[in-house]
Amino acid sequence: MKKVEIITRTFKLDDIKVALTDLGIQGMTVTEVKGFGRQGGHKEVYRGAEYQVDFVPKIKIEIIIDDAQVREVVEAARAAAFTGHVGDGKIFVYPVDEAVRIRTSETGDEAI
Amino acid sequence: MNATDNAFIIICSALVMFMTPGLALFYGGLVRSKNVLSTIMHSFVLLGLASIVWAVVGYTLSFGSDIGGLIGGFDFAFLSGVGMTTEGSPADNLPHLTFMAFQCMFAVITPALISGAFAERMKFSGFLLFSTLWIVAVYAPMCHWVWGGGWMGEMGALDFAGGAVVHMSSAAAALACAVLLGKRKGYGKTAFIPHNLPMTVLGAGILWFGWFGFNAGSALAADGNAANAFVTTHMATAAALLSWLAAEWMHEGKPTTLGAASGAVAGLVAITPAAGFVNPMNAILIGLGAGVICYGGIMLKNKFGYDDSLDVVGIHGVGGTWGALATGIFATEGAKGLLYGNPGQLWIQFVSVVATWAFCFIMTLIIFKVVDAVVGLRASEEDEVRGLDVSLHSETGYQI
Repeated sequence: MKKVEIITRTFKLDDIKVALTDLGIQGMTVTEVKGFGRQGGHKEVYRGAEYQVDFVPKIKIEIIIDDAQVREVVEAARAAAFTGHVGDGKIFVYPVDEAVRIRTSETGDEAI
Repeated sequence: MNATDNAFIIICSALVMFMTPGLALFYGGLVRSKNVLSTIMHSFVLLGLASIVWAVVGYTLSFGSDIGGLIGGFDFAFLSGVGMTTEGSPADNLPHLTFMAFQCMFAVITPALISGAFAERMKFSGFLLFSTLWIVAVYAPMCHWVWGGGWMGEMGALDFAGGAVVHMSSAAAALACAVLLGKRKGYGKTAFIPHNLPMTVLGAGILWFGWFGFNAGSALAADGNAANAFVTTHMATAAALLSWLAAEWMHEGKPTTLGAASGAVAGLVAITPAAGFVNPMNAILIGLGAGVICYGGIMLKNKFGYDDSLDVVGIHGVGGTWGALATGIFATEGAKGLLYGNPGQLWIQFVSVVATWAFCFIMTLIIFKVVDAVVGLRASEEDEVRGLDVSLHSETGYQI
């Protein structure tokens, strides 16, 4: 099993969700997060006073999938999140040791 | 007594009362979320405190029998002699109680306006004592000078609804407080971003609504003068909203909702002394000037380095001064200004501006020093960092 973590622009959430569910992904966890990468922050102006806002709102999508799906899931997510401008975000893939479905006690691939 | 006038002024009194919770929202949205309640409280608690102070001594010091042009006597202390008839009423068409109630609402909002300067770092106990002394020693004399038969009114200074009494006085006090209290912790290093601008815009809308009572009601009668003040108030505010927006659009590249709200308030402030004395077209000119001039006014604090948190000086001070001088230029209804053959009026207005700033600034310095020595005015550093809501009031504005 692998965990795929996608951190990207908030307005891309729906596109990514559709792309992943089209591949048969049955669940995901979404978090509103703030951070910065090469894009840096942005400037806000209140009554003429400029503030540099370092942390930009992003979304983080986490899904757990079977090893065999990793390549197509990552590519689908990447394509859906792509704009070509700095600030598109990152995708990370981690190994997952175990999964347990709480209701049925199923474990491993059966649980995801 | 005139029943129509009485009904009108009672309703206007309620409108002016509504400005104070409006101001609480206007200011509350501009601070960080950890200080929203303490900022709202600075306005809202004055509906209690200032009203009682007004009934006990404030009203009589403002409108009691004149002593040397400087202050009112104690004839109406504890509202004695203030009754349901016109007896003793400064407005002979209104029951004395109606006149007193209308003026009471002005005494409530004026010290609340100051609170924008010391938002996010003032001790509540010190604030209560400061506000009480300020109403007695600054507001009441100013009110007497202009409307209670004191020297400024006798000199011929025009202040229809409180450009000097309400706006310049609170702004001079705000400047004194901001200088003495010092900057908020982290000023210039961290961002002080308004936490809820929709709240601020709603507050500005409520202020605009309540201001009709403030200005039209200052005619003290349901007559043509009130109608004119209503229209000049609305037109000047509309013009200032647009001109502030235009100024920042050109200067910063984007028009903002905060700019629209700030411009509207700047227009309301500037037309206040002029409302009953100018015609609607000149009101538009006053408003256009107010938006641009006050937009410049908010830059002053960056230049001089004092932390007037919510721009009381920039909007009420600069706007009130512009309004007072503009009254001397554009007055044409019931009094004549510079453009209508009476240049002397502008000089009288200038004298009233200087006297108001000087008196209110110096008296506030003294009151501040006294209160600071007795109970202290600055919240502790730890309280300020945690946020005044939790540290001074044991509550938070938002549960998430």
